[in-house]
Amino acid sequence: MFETLSGRLGGIFDKLRKRGALSEDDVNAALREIRIALLEADVALPVVKDFVEGVRVRAVGQEVLRSVTPGQMVVKIVHDHLIETLGGLEPVALDIGQSPPTAILMVGLQGSGKTTTAAKIALRLRKRENRKVLLASLDVYRPAAQQQLQVLAGQVEVPMLPPILGERPVAIAKRAMAKGRVEGFDVVILDTAGRLHIDQELMAEVAEVRAVTSPRETLLVADAMTGQDAVNIAREFNQKVGVTGLVLTRVDGDARGGAALSMRAVTGCPIKLMGVGEKTDDLEAFQAERVAGRILGMGDVVGLVEKAAEHVEREDAEKMAAKLRKGEFSLEDLRDQLRQLRKMGSMEGLLGMIPGIGKIKNQIAQANLDDKLIPRQEAIINAMTKAERRNPKVLNASRRRRIAAGSGTTVQDVNRLLKQYQQMSDMMKRMGKMGGKGLFGRGGMMPPPGMPPFR
Amino acid sequence: MSEGGGWFARLKAGLTRSSDKIGDGITGLFTKRRLDDAALEELEELLISADLGVETAGEIVEDFRRTRFNQEVTPEEVRAALAADVARVLEPVAMPLAIDRARRPHVVLVCGVNGSGKTTTIGKLARQWKDDGLKVLIAAADTFRAAAVEQLEIWGERSGCPVVTAKTGADAAGLAFDALARARSEGFDVLLVDTAGRLQNKKALMDELAKIVRVVRKLDPEAPHSCLLVMDATIGQNAHAQVEAFRDMVEVSGLVLTKLDGSAKGGVVVALARAFGLPVHAVGVGEGIDDLHPFEAKAFARSLVGLDQR
Repeated sequence: MFETLSGRLGGIFDKLRKRGALSEDDVNAALREIRIALLEADVALPVVKDFVEGVRVRAVGQEVLRSVTPGQMVVKIVHDHLIETLGGLEPVALDIGQSPPTAILMVGLQGSGKTTTAAKIALRLRKRENRKVLLASLDVYRPAAQQQLQVLAGQVEVPMLPPILGERPVAIAKRAMAKGRVEGFDVVILDTAGRLHIDQELMAEVAEVRAVTSPRETLLVADAMTGQDAVNIAREFNQKVGVTGLVLTRVDGDARGGAALSMRAVTGCPIKLMGVGEKTDDLEAFQAERVAGRILGMGDVVGLVEKAAEHVEREDAEKMAAKLRKGEFSLEDLRDQLRQLRKMGSMEGLLGMIPGIGKIKNQIAQANLDDKLIPRQEAIINAMTKAERRNPKVLNASRRRRIAAGSGTTVQDVNRLLKQYQQMSDMMKRMGKMGGKGLFGRGGMMPPPGMPPFR
Repeated sequence: MSEGGGWFARLKAGLTRSSDKIGDGITGLFTKRRLDDAALEELEELLISADLGVETAGEIVEDFRRTRFNQEVTPEEVRAALAADVARVLEPVAMPLAIDRARRPHVVLVCGVNGSGKTTTIGKLARQWKDDGLKVLIAAADTFRAAAVEQLEIWGERSGCPVVTAKTGADAAGLAFDALARARSEGFDVLLVDTAGRLQNKKALMDELAKIVRVVRKLDPEAPHSCLLVMDATIGQNAHAQVEAFRDMVEVSGLVLTKLDGSAKGGVVVALARAFGLPVHAVGVGEGIDDLHPFEAKAFARSLVGLDQR
């Protein structure tokens, strides 16, 4: 149901033929769409407003790069600003400090993923940093919460403070820290019960836990699908408990994750980690780039724009576009395209960058695209004579057998390539009639061969 | 419609903070003010802040523009009209879940993403139906998450309903099948099937959910008779994708909105009501066993816009 931002902007800039700097009017038109895109991605309204203003300042007067459209240029500016607002490209590591045992306090709403994250962090610290970690559950409210942590602790092979029936959270926290000191633990992870930020009593309780343990890190765990309330949640937790970092969970879902931006903006705390699956090792350092792409719903267009700027000169693209308009698309052109694709990186990485591709990701996975496909297809074209490349109609059965042998492939592979070429060339002709607009406005890129048909 | 048990008060208490905000916003906007473009835009933003989504907020405001543009309006009028508009959208979907005693058992499959509140909701539903004199069996088909079974067993004790369990890692569909067989032979009125939380874009996990349905249908071709999607009130626009995916996979028949005692407004249900028209059966307003209540359109709408607060 969501239009991607680049799609929206494409519409606005379609009429815009001139190149050069972005004017204030262009930018204003774009900003309206950016605002909607961010709101649809669940970025909280006050944060959206500040953000859009920031983009306005940056975008007006900006020179449009060769080989991209003004729309793509604005998307790039938005994206860069987004990365900055999310905390930059460099992830901020957990602060373990110098004087063990260091307490890490996990806080958040019910169902945000605290317990699973606690276990994941324990595993990460044990494995990657070789730390001696103790897990403790302060959740005396939710049924079987302590058992859940117990099971997870077993899975990640980290000891857990044995629960004592009836013990209150503050007492548990003290006992955990004492055990940590006596038994030489580096880190004590305190998993607390889920609580509403408006529940005064429980917020006071967790503030007390914080007071008696002086955690180096107080991590607010929040679900990537949180809506507008993210600002209230983050602000309240930060004011009442004092947050040092954020953990975004369920990033493996398809929510756009605007909450990340909201919470980062109101707390100023770095987003340190993100949960990307149900397994205990599905925890990664926060990647601003990945989340930014999702918030904008556009895949990694920026990476694509940058790569295109590097590798596809506009002149080449225009030459190609002219050929397409005339319906002249030879196997040599196809080979050039394949080479360009190869220069730009891996197939999967590339496809991930194409806007709107999210929907068909599964199909792509099923199609088993591998990076050998392009070199193989290039080899087939290389094994043809010049005449054959320019006029594939002459390719009879015996020539096809020769080409297969010469390229180390099979006749079926050759046939498949030719069929794809035929389809592409037909499509090009049709697009040519429509005005020569390819995937990238006037550029000459096209879907790589061998891709499953888009629905 | 009873407002007994003080649920309405609790819902209000929960909504107070947020609605105060939205209410204050409206008051600030419209005191001695003409309903002009700027005012309408701010009104739209207030609705967006309640998670109604850009489209739904825009359309509700369009209605205002048509009917009230340039009129002098008091904050009270704006709130009442806004509440009426929202309630009109919600009324058709405010339907309690009716159990058909003739089915013996009426199978209720409960699904949703991780952490949405499925297990807690099941505990509450079991208690309610038991209080209604129904014989309720619970199937702990979340065989994946650590200690999910233990959690449900405690809810079983609290509600006084037996729980069918298997070891972690066991086949969820098989467990559901066994539970249904037992419910049939022992004459239970209701079988509540808890399932593991799953993100709707995980194909393998969604297939597993469909498998539960397929297997259960071997015993009763009409089962599950109800399929509840449990959703957290803090959720944003991803709710649309959730409803779509779960509906396609297991024919969701109704929604339960949980954690409405927080400051989140759950406004996305307004958009969901318009887009899908699925019944909203109940709302969760706390961690206690009785903190589950029927969804009432008017009360929800009025609380949402900050009416009935003073």
